[in-house]
Amino acid sequence: MAAIADGVRAGKLRARDVAAAYLDRIERFNHALGAYLLVDGEGALRQAAAVDSAVAAGRDPGPLAGVPLGVKDIFVTHGLETTCASKILRGFVPPFESTVTDRLGKAGAVTLGKVNMDEFAMGSSNENSARGLVRNPWSLQHIPGGSSGGSAAAVAASLCAGALGTDTGGSIRQPAAMCGVAGMKPTYGRVSRYGVVAFASSLDHPGPFGRTVEDVAALLEVMAGVDPLDATSIPAPVGAYRKAVQSGRGGGLKGLRLGVPEEYFQPGMDAEIEAAVRAALDDLGRAGAELLPVSLPHTKYAIATYYLICTAEASSNLARYDGVRYGLRAADAKSLEELYARTRGEGFGWEPKRRIMLGTYVLRAGYYEAYYGKALRVRRKIADDFTVAFTKCDAIVTPTSPVPAFRFGERMGDPLQMYLADIMTVAPNLAGIPALSQSCGFTKAGLPIGLQIIGPALGEEICFRVGGAYEARTDWHTRLPPEPATQTSSERAS
Amino acid sequence: MSTLEKHLQKYEVVIGLEIHAQLATQSKIFSWSSAAFGADPNTHTDPVCLGMPGTLPVLNHAAVDSAVRLGLAAGCKIRQRCRFSRKHYFYPDLPKGFQISQFDEPICDGGAITFRLRGEARSVRLVRIHLEEDAGKNLHAAAGVSFVDYNRAGVPLCEIVSEPDIRSAEEAAEYVRAVRALVRYLGICDGNMEEGSLRCDANVSLRLRGVQAYGTRTELKNMNSFKNVRDAIEHEIKRQAELLDRGERIIQETRLWDASRGITAAMRSKEQAHDYRYFPEPDLPPLVVDDAALAAARKSLPELPEDRFARYTIASGLSPQDAGVLVAEKEIAAYFDATVAAGAVPKRAANWVINEVLARVDDPRRLGDADLPIAPAALAELVALVEKGILSGKLGKDVFARMWTERRKAGDIIAAEGLAQVSDSGALEEACKRVVDANPDEAARFRGGKTQLMGFFVGAVMKETSGKANPKSVNEILRRLLGQG
Repeated sequence: MAAIADGVRAGKLRARDVAAAYLDRIERFNHALGAYLLVDGEGALRQAAAVDSAVAAGRDPGPLAGVPLGVKDIFVTHGLETTCASKILRGFVPPFESTVTDRLGKAGAVTLGKVNMDEFAMGSSNENSARGLVRNPWSLQHIPGGSSGGSAAAVAASLCAGALGTDTGGSIRQPAAMCGVAGMKPTYGRVSRYGVVAFASSLDHPGPFGRTVEDVAALLEVMAGVDPLDATSIPAPVGAYRKAVQSGRGGGLKGLRLGVPEEYFQPGMDAEIEAAVRAALDDLGRAGAELLPVSLPHTKYAIATYYLICTAEASSNLARYDGVRYGLRAADAKSLEELYARTRGEGFGWEPKRRIMLGTYVLRAGYYEAYYGKALRVRRKIADDFTVAFTKCDAIVTPTSPVPAFRFGERMGDPLQMYLADIMTVAPNLAGIPALSQSCGFTKAGLPIGLQIIGPALGEEICFRVGGAYEARTDWHTRLPPEPATQTSSERAS
Repeated sequence: MSTLEKHLQKYEVVIGLEIHAQLATQSKIFSWSSAAFGADPNTHTDPVCLGMPGTLPVLNHAAVDSAVRLGLAAGCKIRQRCRFSRKHYFYPDLPKGFQISQFDEPICDGGAITFRLRGEARSVRLVRIHLEEDAGKNLHAAAGVSFVDYNRAGVPLCEIVSEPDIRSAEEAAEYVRAVRALVRYLGICDGNMEEGSLRCDANVSLRLRGVQAYGTRTELKNMNSFKNVRDAIEHEIKRQAELLDRGERIIQETRLWDASRGITAAMRSKEQAHDYRYFPEPDLPPLVVDDAALAAARKSLPELPEDRFARYTIASGLSPQDAGVLVAEKEIAAYFDATVAAGAVPKRAANWVINEVLARVDDPRRLGDADLPIAPAALAELVALVEKGILSGKLGKDVFARMWTERRKAGDIIAAEGLAQVSDSGALEEACKRVVDANPDEAARFRGGKTQLMGFFVGAVMKETSGKANPKSVNEILRRLLGQG
């Protein structure tokens, strides 16, 4: 990514050529992977040409000049259909732009198109998209992870240089881990949510994907910062994230204390994953970090707490899809009630329906205190666990996912089992603290394994420093998945 | 005795009101669209107030200031840290499927509205005042086709919830009048009930006199004038009393006032128990009103209707009736104050404002218009001319009428037309003599005891002087000439 931006800025590389090359790869491989829902070739080439003319005119094209991005279809893009991979938003062409994509565009990045996801970001496997599934580039029979599976797969397969995702309970880190790329969920409020279709407002975190942690840092530097359109965004200066990566890569981790929470290394974890993460911890120790055990005693309540809060908020956020103003509207409804029931019945897939029902139950009169109110109190305790742990250590290191990417359909019949895929990632969302996932090895079957580095609130720089130090000592991030078979011309015609 | 009075001997009526005051902010409560009334449908909208996916609310602090000032004016306790909640229900005019409102932490607690009912002081306690966003408006075309105008969606509202302290339809209407006056004095709401910027719902129940427990209540909606408030409640009292008299039960329901038919009718065929599934709005941080903001709000409060009423009745010696008329609209009070400030005696000024000025405007709020035919200073000049006896009361009224239609000053009219009252005793003496001399028979009858004839002589002198004579002087001179002085 840096090579592209530097080359374009220096006039050695044309942004238009870069965009065209990526568009060509999308043309050849997206058919096999299903990562993109919508490719905006014309728009991408136009944006790239604007970057080139800025360079030619001697104007600063921005730090991400010509960097081609895949944008999760949850980000609202002006004039470009935004569906959240749901039938209910089919045909919705927004009249406004999300703050994040606006900032990236102004920094010279080029949007190639909208990438696939679990419907309304609900899922851990990308099997819940109304627009077809995404395949893991490392093994087409396996899921890419969810809900930002399209973003992770697109970066892994080089169908873009970087990508945007959102992470409500692990939806950036888990697919990053399963696809062997880097992804970060920043501190809550660090990145504006304006123009990011809401799933669970208090848990949704927009964040970047990249092949390396430095790519992730470069994107976050542009994405982050207070936004007057998001009252929950934080008015603190944006950190020097790339510098933090470089300092980790160069100077190592001397003086840094890394906590290893016992609760994240329980029996039942995939042995290959445990071995890879233990090896990564050794690497970090060799890089100068002091490793020490920490305890996060309320971790066992994280999944239950998470599902109470996220379903409650989702049932509320998804109430606006009623067929009145935009998106799908059931035909020939005889009454208002029928319009609502049929539009929502036809428009939402199973997972959003399940969560709307759960959330509605959780919030109903007389049950609020027993469920939502209690979940908020436990959430506080989970956040306090981290606060206490961070008095002893600077960052916490864990696996990102207890299991590698599983096969399609393997867990679809058992939603509870599916929800457990988020077990390593949900607690930082409940606490609103940053967490980075990067590649730390592969299973014997060739599936990527992820390492999670959790920092204190606004401690993105510490995560990046650790991530940079790890990347400097390993080469997992340089490995590329095999190229899928290209589509034949007859297939393309069909 | 009317039917209503008969019912009220048996039953006591218990009324609580919820008033929605639309705050007169420039932009909406959570977005940047104009909050102004009357634009073409859906022209005052933006992605946020339309509830488009991905949009987030950002609080307009002007709305908070308004609510805080209202709370202070009503003697509420201001909650300096409070939060917004989401209230869920499905309706086409509600873009997000929920309304951002306040639930367990309203911005104002308690307080009371004081006013007078037929001259008697009344106080209605408040439960709370909270902030919320308005919904849009459904427009029903023919043949089952409906449209929605979202211009109003997201306009800031203050909901003022009273305790069930109100005991009559008349009192309810006076209470609404008092709230309206208050928000208009504060300048936070234009109080226009027809345009919906002040809307009120009434909870009405009856109980047998002497009984403590409340009866089952119904909620009345759709009352867009003081008269509607009164009529709707009176109708509802009769309806409930008749049901209770027959031994039937009152159904808790929402009823709409139909002004054209003069009845309330159930809004829904079957009662729906709403579950609004309130929970704290996660997109908004807690709302904090710090001490400095509170102090500034307190300092910004104008003189309020009740304070003005006290000043008028105590310091200026006005009757409670007159003071009540003057404080009812802030424009009337301001006009009156300006007239007094320009030198008019308060009691006289009050008479002129109430009997002459108000009689000539269709809407009392027009008294605030800069192009009103008679400015307060011009009225003060006229009042002084009458007070000094330069104009008679009758001439004064004539001059007033001409000032109003011709937009001229009293002094100019008098000078141009020679209208000044003749108080010069020499000239009057002459005129009186002429009249007495010209009517010897009447003079003789008067002297013989027919004192009623004084009117005849005064009238004749007035005619002689083209109405310019000072009647008091004329009386004195005539009495003397006719041998009674």
